[in-house]
Amino acid sequence: MLSIKALTKIYGQVAAVDSVSFDVPAGQMVGIIGRSGAGKSTLLRMINRLTDASSGQVFFREGEETVDVGRLAGRKLLEWRGRCAMVFQQFNLVPRLPVLTNVMVGRLGQRATLPTLFGLFGEEDRALAIRALDRLDLVSHALYRADALSGGQQQRVAIARALVQEPRILLADEPIASLDLRNATIVMDALRRINREDGITVISNLHLLQTARDYCDRIIAMRKGAVVFDGKPAELTDALSREIYAVGAGSEEEVAMAFGATSAMPSH
Amino acid sequence: MTASEAAARFERQYADHRRARIAASTLFWVAFAICFAVSVVVSKFDVVALLQGLPRTGDFIVKMVPPIGWSSFGADIAEWYWGIGKWLTSLLNTLLMAYLATVLGTAIGGALSFLAARNLVKSYAVYWTTRRVLEIARTVPDIVWALLFVLAFGIGPLPGVLAITVHTLGAQGKLFAEVNENVSMLPIEGVRASGGNWLQEMRFGVLPQALPNYMSYTFWRIELNVRSATIVGFVGAGGIGHDLFTSIQLLYFADAGAILLIVVATIMAIDMLSERYRHRLIGKEHLSQ
Repeated sequence: MLSIKALTKIYGQVAAVDSVSFDVPAGQMVGIIGRSGAGKSTLLRMINRLTDASSGQVFFREGEETVDVGRLAGRKLLEWRGRCAMVFQQFNLVPRLPVLTNVMVGRLGQRATLPTLFGLFGEEDRALAIRALDRLDLVSHALYRADALSGGQQQRVAIARALVQEPRILLADEPIASLDLRNATIVMDALRRINREDGITVISNLHLLQTARDYCDRIIAMRKGAVVFDGKPAELTDALSREIYAVGAGSEEEVAMAFGATSAMPSH
Repeated sequence: MTASEAAARFERQYADHRRARIAASTLFWVAFAICFAVSVVVSKFDVVALLQGLPRTGDFIVKMVPPIGWSSFGADIAEWYWGIGKWLTSLLNTLLMAYLATVLGTAIGGALSFLAARNLVKSYAVYWTTRRVLEIARTVPDIVWALLFVLAFGIGPLPGVLAITVHTLGAQGKLFAEVNENVSMLPIEGVRASGGNWLQEMRFGVLPQALPNYMSYTFWRIELNVRSATIVGFVGAGGIGHDLFTSIQLLYFADAGAILLIVVATIMAIDMLSERYRHRLIGKEHLSQ
């Protein structure tokens, strides 16, 4: 279980994330929604410590073990990032490296540094990477350069990279915001399949409310750094969701987009 | 405000704007002229002396080429290039010096370039120190390094290799650091989020992005280092430069001419080869993007 307690991030005078608290039981699929600038990305990045919190805590409990994420340093911090994989809006692959090597980057945290610097990974690592690519239908592309792939394919490579980390949690920061509808659907389907089949907790920032409704067990809505809704998709009323998106100085387009019919739809 | 008022007001603003521009460019050209005049005086640049000296330079060039007749062409060339075996050995020596120094300097400079990139190191002290080390290595000319190393290690190719290595690591380190500062941070973040440590971020996040530029700079550096390896020979660091220097000192002008031609031909050949390769490298990169 992941416990977030009064987590806060202050940039200058502005609280990007303002005392956010919630628990996520293992295996849940959570969608975090809100306008851009609502603090969704910062929240996610504090969970895997790409960003340090100003105050508050993140705990991860499994069996007897409790990890106090905010206090991790050195080796322990890298291990935590390994267990808490992340996919990004811009995929964050290494463009000039082959797909296979990009996936094996997910094994770096569990390997001795020196051999990896010479590009040496074990046979098991390669097997693991190929199995992950197979689940995402990309084995045939394993030796292509990552930048030769389409956006949707690149995001699936990024998911494969996350999978070989053998994580307990998968964070997804706007995973489909750069993709067309068809690819968005493929990527969201893949995330949900991983959530269901592997029992990996998935926490995903989503721009579109409808995507969150379609795919997630639970929706957390943020506005100006604070949580304004936390519950089942059915409990999120239209009036409330309008408030999440519409209030404040924002473009009508963004609001229309969030509600629009252009959301990825489950393919089954 | 009517249209003509607006036009008149703009006219006035435009006149001000032009006056300011003209004042600025006048100032620039006056400063330029003063600097030019001062440098002419200080460097004793004298057109008359230059014109008087030119024929002597011509004499020197004439002396460097022995008489070559049509009927005895082969024999004359063979006579001129009597030392070809020795000179080619020296040339090989020079090329190997340049090669070794480029490899060593690039390896060390390349390693330091990660520490000299502002976006890649957290510690300002590490960044600052590395930058200064690279600066010292780079700004001291390699001929000065060579003099120092000849004093320390004696005459021979070793001080030459060391001198060029030091200069190369300084230059490569700075150029590579600038490449590093321009890479996309996204892949680096991807590696970090996967649990990779700093070295792994550099290896997988930075290196693949920067490598084509590193290669291009390195081929260019080989060109420069062949030239440098010739010149450091003048101060006792061996190779073809040493032969050239000796023949000039002993007033064997024909020998000097023969060696000079070998050096020029070699450098031209390397320039052409490396330029072709570099263009292919850069061209390929553009196609794939």
